[in-house]
Amino acid sequence: MIEIKKIWHYLTRYMDSFLLIGILILMAVGLIVLYSATGANMSRVSNQIINMLVALVIMWLVANIPLQQIMRLALPMYIVGLSLLIGVALFGEINNGARRWLNIGVTRIQPSELMKIAIPLMMAWYFDKHEITLRLKDYLGATILLMLPVLLILRQPDLGTALLIAASGFYVLFLAGLSWRIIAGLVITVAASLPVFWSIMHDYQRRRIMTLLDPSQDPLGAGYHTIQSTIAIGSGGVVGKGWQNGTQAQLDFLPEQSTDFIFAVFSEEFGLIGNTILLFLYLIVIARCMVITANASTQFTRLIAGSITLTFFTYIFVNMGMVSGILPIVGVPLPLISYGGTSMVTMLLGFGILMSIQTHPKLIKT
Amino acid sequence: MKRHVELRNHPVELHKFRFRLAISACFVLVLFLILYVRFYYLQVSQQEHYHTLAEANRISISPLVPNRGLIYDRNGRALAQNYSAYTLEVIPSKIRKLESTLDELAAIIEITATDRQRFKKLLKESKRFNSLPIRSRLTDVEIATFAANRYRFPGIEIKARVLRQYPEKEVVSHIIGYISRINDQDLEQLERNEELNNYRGSQHIGKIGIEQSYEKQLHGITGFEEVETDAAGRSIRVLSRTPSIPGNNLILSIDLGLQEAAENAFGDRRGALVALDPNNGEVLAFVSKPGYDNNLFIGGIDQENWNLLNNSIDRPLNNRALRGVYPPGSTFKPFMALAALELGKRTPEYSMSDPGYFSLPGVERRYRDWKPGGHGRVDLHKSLVVSCDTYYYSLANDLGIDNIHNFIGQFGLGKKTGIDIEGEVSGLLPSSAWKMSQYKQKWYAGDTISVAIGQGYNLTTPLQLAFATMIIANNGKAYLPRLVKQIQNSETGDVKDIPEKLLYSLNLKPKNLEIVKNALVDVTRPGGTAAKAAINASYTFAGKTGTSQVIGIKQGERYNEKSINERHRDHAMFIAYAPAENPKIALAVLVENTGTGGSTAAPIARQVFDYYLLGKLPEATVAKLDEPVEEHIHDHL
Repeated sequence: MIEIKKIWHYLTRYMDSFLLIGILILMAVGLIVLYSATGANMSRVSNQIINMLVALVIMWLVANIPLQQIMRLALPMYIVGLSLLIGVALFGEINNGARRWLNIGVTRIQPSELMKIAIPLMMAWYFDKHEITLRLKDYLGATILLMLPVLLILRQPDLGTALLIAASGFYVLFLAGLSWRIIAGLVITVAASLPVFWSIMHDYQRRRIMTLLDPSQDPLGAGYHTIQSTIAIGSGGVVGKGWQNGTQAQLDFLPEQSTDFIFAVFSEEFGLIGNTILLFLYLIVIARCMVITANASTQFTRLIAGSITLTFFTYIFVNMGMVSGILPIVGVPLPLISYGGTSMVTMLLGFGILMSIQTHPKLIKT
Repeated sequence: MKRHVELRNHPVELHKFRFRLAISACFVLVLFLILYVRFYYLQVSQQEHYHTLAEANRISISPLVPNRGLIYDRNGRALAQNYSAYTLEVIPSKIRKLESTLDELAAIIEITATDRQRFKKLLKESKRFNSLPIRSRLTDVEIATFAANRYRFPGIEIKARVLRQYPEKEVVSHIIGYISRINDQDLEQLERNEELNNYRGSQHIGKIGIEQSYEKQLHGITGFEEVETDAAGRSIRVLSRTPSIPGNNLILSIDLGLQEAAENAFGDRRGALVALDPNNGEVLAFVSKPGYDNNLFIGGIDQENWNLLNNSIDRPLNNRALRGVYPPGSTFKPFMALAALELGKRTPEYSMSDPGYFSLPGVERRYRDWKPGGHGRVDLHKSLVVSCDTYYYSLANDLGIDNIHNFIGQFGLGKKTGIDIEGEVSGLLPSSAWKMSQYKQKWYAGDTISVAIGQGYNLTTPLQLAFATMIIANNGKAYLPRLVKQIQNSETGDVKDIPEKLLYSLNLKPKNLEIVKNALVDVTRPGGTAAKAAINASYTFAGKTGTSQVIGIKQGERYNEKSINERHRDHAMFIAYAPAENPKIALAVLVENTGTGGSTAAPIARQVFDYYLLGKLPEATVAKLDEPVEEHIHDHL
């Protein structure tokens, strides 16, 4: 009895139970939807369970590492990530017209995934180092740290990931106190440079944006995804069609229904009520993350926690926005619910950091 | 120093950070609210719209094509039937390189040059997203071969179809007509009649003949199946099903045996024969020679066969019985004779001397009789038996054109009979009013003379002649000629008779009728123009021979059959009914470009009668063509 208690204590010592329960509930929802989305394919579901277990173990491991240790990893991780990105640009494997993977003999890796964590870490570390004297040049330096990998990823091309990584970096800048005037200036600059962006965009990226504005332009091509997913969501109505009864999903009208478009399956089968509950669940998790962030003791922990929290939110918003037809189709999974191991691991790695921040003795600099 | 700054700035920094975090939280809430508004819009405000779209995605309604009704002759012999077969069908819009795909296809499944040509023609006439057959009647081996190679041919599919077949081909082609693929005109017509829904899924429609005129009976009512389909268009399950109702079967009044007998009697000659039952107007035989293989048209005819049929000098596609117009020649005379008696212009006893020609008073021009030197003294009886022209020249002059027009018009000449297939032409029975409206010319007495012997402006169809003959045979009853006798519900087998339809009755004096009919019997007896055809007949029959001119012969010239192009030779005509005392069959025969009615047309009638009345099959050969003696009237120029 004592033994079990000990083990339990050992296992949960660095776990934030509130956050963990939230994550587990969302994962359960994910499995339920996945079962329906794959047409009751148990092998896909068990695959996903394995993905989740692996990610949970990684989260546990990360949560057990004190933040000082993690902080030390920031610079090496960033350098390795950037090198790998350069490696991809030079030797990467081309897949579907995009150069995103690097074959390192044993396995193929997608360095941009690594950067999702490495960027906030690096920038938070950078600001932590310059904590006392934050001047404009420090923000500029951080921006350069951010833009190097973003541009490399944009070149692959992978607009979705580039934007998400840019966002995660921007959150660090914002939370580090980037002045409002500069933010306003940035917004104006971005708005002004949109035409430039347009001209350097790839055709498929432009098409996605055009299709967002008018999906009916290309109903069988680029607009098909958006049209079918909005039909799925809309036809779900208030109460939904019921689990495994979504015609759009079950009859394969929905594309990529177990990965990026899994929300349409959920929404069709569980309706507005389901959506409300799901948004609420996410909101609770985000709220808990923000509480952790607000209570973080150092500049580094605050910035990394805030960035992870907001990035998590960004994934949710971008995914739901694209599936419901208010954002262009960028390949962003729905956190904790979409099928797939990589994003699951990335997400839980982030939550592991948050838990570590929350559960390790706070270092108050006095 | 460092310590000092930290101590001073830490709470400020933290406060500043928490403010930024609070702004972030607001940002999160606002964006979630936007999402929520979007969900509300989609799932509440627009729910109905998206529900409809989802249902449209999900449910596809596929028509269940009814089986087309069958067509039988009066004895139950099949004239049009259905068979199930697998066809190989191509949807051109789904194929990028049609030609090379067809070449590849031909490598695994036999596709003849004719198939290819037929398909090409079909392609030109159809929309690109229609499913077009390239081969039908696939064998099991071919089906298996294609199934194994199916992945190579997107847009090409094997379909199980119910196909039409006409086992009797040429023999009844002009009666049955054919079905063929529905074209744009058909679609417009169906849309006008609000029948388009009933043709969802139907590929064929009756184009001509019985298949066309009884389309509504034959087609049946299309059923529907609501099928749930997936995004790839595969059916998952049937949600609801309204079965189709097959078309009704038709039982024709045609006697196929009689039809065949008549066909055989014609041999290789062109012409037409219409035989009616004088007691009810049923069409017993309806021959137009040559016929054509109507099976060729069902799947769309290929260019080569089409050219062969369409450009043939024999014009096999022309329905001569229904649409061929010919001067009735001397077959017009019995009606003239009746007119004379009924209108009191001649008595049976009246006789005139025939010098071999007739001239109008004060005019030098001579209208010649076919017999040089004339027939001597001629009364009404003899005028019919020997087919004396001079008698009728003089009679016509006394009657006047409008009397002729009005009286003979009652026998249906120059009018459509109203038979139950479409495309009938009216021909022409001239009148002074007609000439005025047509040519803005007044009628001349000379015009009447050639009308008297069925030439001039006179034009009749073989069907009209048979109709008129029927009215004489049954003493004045004009029954609507009809090909369909009964309609059978193909599901229950219940048979509904189509009752005979008496259009009108002529009030003719029995005595006058008797005089004319007696004369018509004598036409088939020794001394009559059709005597030879009636030799040894075990029944009496009545008839009248005639010759229908193809070209005019100038005044003073004589018609010389041998010197004239075969196609310009006269047509032989014969109208007849039998048995004379109690007619069971009345008919009109036309044989194109063979000269005289007595020698070529009357023997055909004899064989038809023999078959119908005695069950005797016709002999393979008929009377020789170059038999002498008969009327040749070429005088109206």
